[in-house]
Amino acid sequence: MSQRSTGYTVAFAAGVCLVASVFVSGAAVSLKPMQDANKVLDRQKKVLVVAGLMEEGESISPEEIQKRFDDNISSRLVSLESGMVVETAENGQTAAEYDQRKAAKEPALSYEAPDNKAKVARVAKVGTVYCVKKANSCDQHILPIEGKGLWSTMYGFLSVDSDTNTIRGITFYEHGETPGLGGEVDNPGWKKKWVGRKVYDPKGDVAIHVKKGAAGDAKSDPYSVDGLSGATLTSNGVTYSLDFWLGDEGFGSYLNNVKSGKVKG
Amino acid sequence: MSATPGGLSKAQREALVDPLFNNNPIALQVLGICSALAVTTKMETAVVMSIALTVVLCGSNVVISLLRNYIPASIRIVVQLTVIASLVILTDQVLKAFVFDVSKQLSVFVGLIITNCIVMGRAEAFAMANKPFESLLDGIGNGLGYSLILVVVAFFRELLGGGKLFGIQLLPLVTEGGWYNPNGLMVLAPGAFFLIGGFIWALRAWKPEQIEAE
Repeated sequence: MSQRSTGYTVAFAAGVCLVASVFVSGAAVSLKPMQDANKVLDRQKKVLVVAGLMEEGESISPEEIQKRFDDNISSRLVSLESGMVVETAENGQTAAEYDQRKAAKEPALSYEAPDNKAKVARVAKVGTVYCVKKANSCDQHILPIEGKGLWSTMYGFLSVDSDTNTIRGITFYEHGETPGLGGEVDNPGWKKKWVGRKVYDPKGDVAIHVKKGAAGDAKSDPYSVDGLSGATLTSNGVTYSLDFWLGDEGFGSYLNNVKSGKVKG
Repeated sequence: MSATPGGLSKAQREALVDPLFNNNPIALQVLGICSALAVTTKMETAVVMSIALTVVLCGSNVVISLLRNYIPASIRIVVQLTVIASLVILTDQVLKAFVFDVSKQLSVFVGLIITNCIVMGRAEAFAMANKPFESLLDGIGNGLGYSLILVVVAFFRELLGGGKLFGIQLLPLVTEGGWYNPNGLMVLAPGAFFLIGGFIWALRAWKPEQIEAE
């Protein structure tokens, strides 16, 4: 067959495609278990960091991460509407299998969020809360948060004390804010300033916010945190995200239930 | 062709060494700038990206070169792209499985190697006309040429922008009680432009024959 004939061209293209697709799908299938394990490990690492059970950037072996996570942390599924703990999500997955971020993208497992300043578009019906165990009860509740900064959606975790009001830690593990300005949301020094601040004012409204300028210490100025200089919009985004996820649309009812004893802490 | 001490002919050695300084893909051909800006804020990402690109470039050069006499001219670009895309996906999957943290930082840029002009450019300009071994050398050479710029740029950006190298703090920052006030420009894309510009300037001062005629 001549190399210029249409038949040859088509056959050659088909052959190349066949070989290439075998390679690509072979790699995807054979490496999938390792990639999934990495993803789980990555999330566990972030939870450990916000819980204060691991230093940021500390290099420890995957086995050690797994062990620390299993020893100290239990995850539970929470219905965002009722604020009650549920055994399985709507798709039948347990807390270990469930992925809240994935669920938020699936129409059957999520709903459209009402207009909000954090610009959260869809909310999963069920959220994952990580409990830091201490003497058979939750010492810290670690809540996933997300919201729009200046350029990007910022994803993070907020750790709330068993009193459901005191912040124990915050972290943003994924964002695309300007390095050096808004990107400072993941600056360890800034994140430390959150520890000990209060979420709700005496009336029960979300009061925690990022202030423009410097805030006082946690005792005298419990509801504000230093602003990030040169990053007002990112700072606002953090405030709005917390407002959303700690309010009624987010984990507000869950924290209320923990406080009133309806959910075992 | 006369043999040289390395066991390579002169043409083979040129294919390997020329892209480093004499015909550098970034500095002279000005290809692959986009990823050079994006992944050079840290040494770690720059090094992994360099390795990924070099592997893809060698792989695609060898495969294309093996197929060069069989590829129908009418669909050659499509075939080249298919080969390159498959290799890139393969690389991306391997990175995700073995160096997850780094692959997360590189995010889309590994995938974008597919559109990296260096890979396509070498496949079309070199591998389509040369034997597999020469093409491999050309791939290694161009990969190293690209890597050289990335690593140099990342070195200055990470050191001046954050006082670190490979994530290790070398210059104590003012914000953490030290003396070094980091240069914010370096962590932003324009910092990389200035550095690449500076590199090209230095290279052309050293090798004036690279200056384009006006």
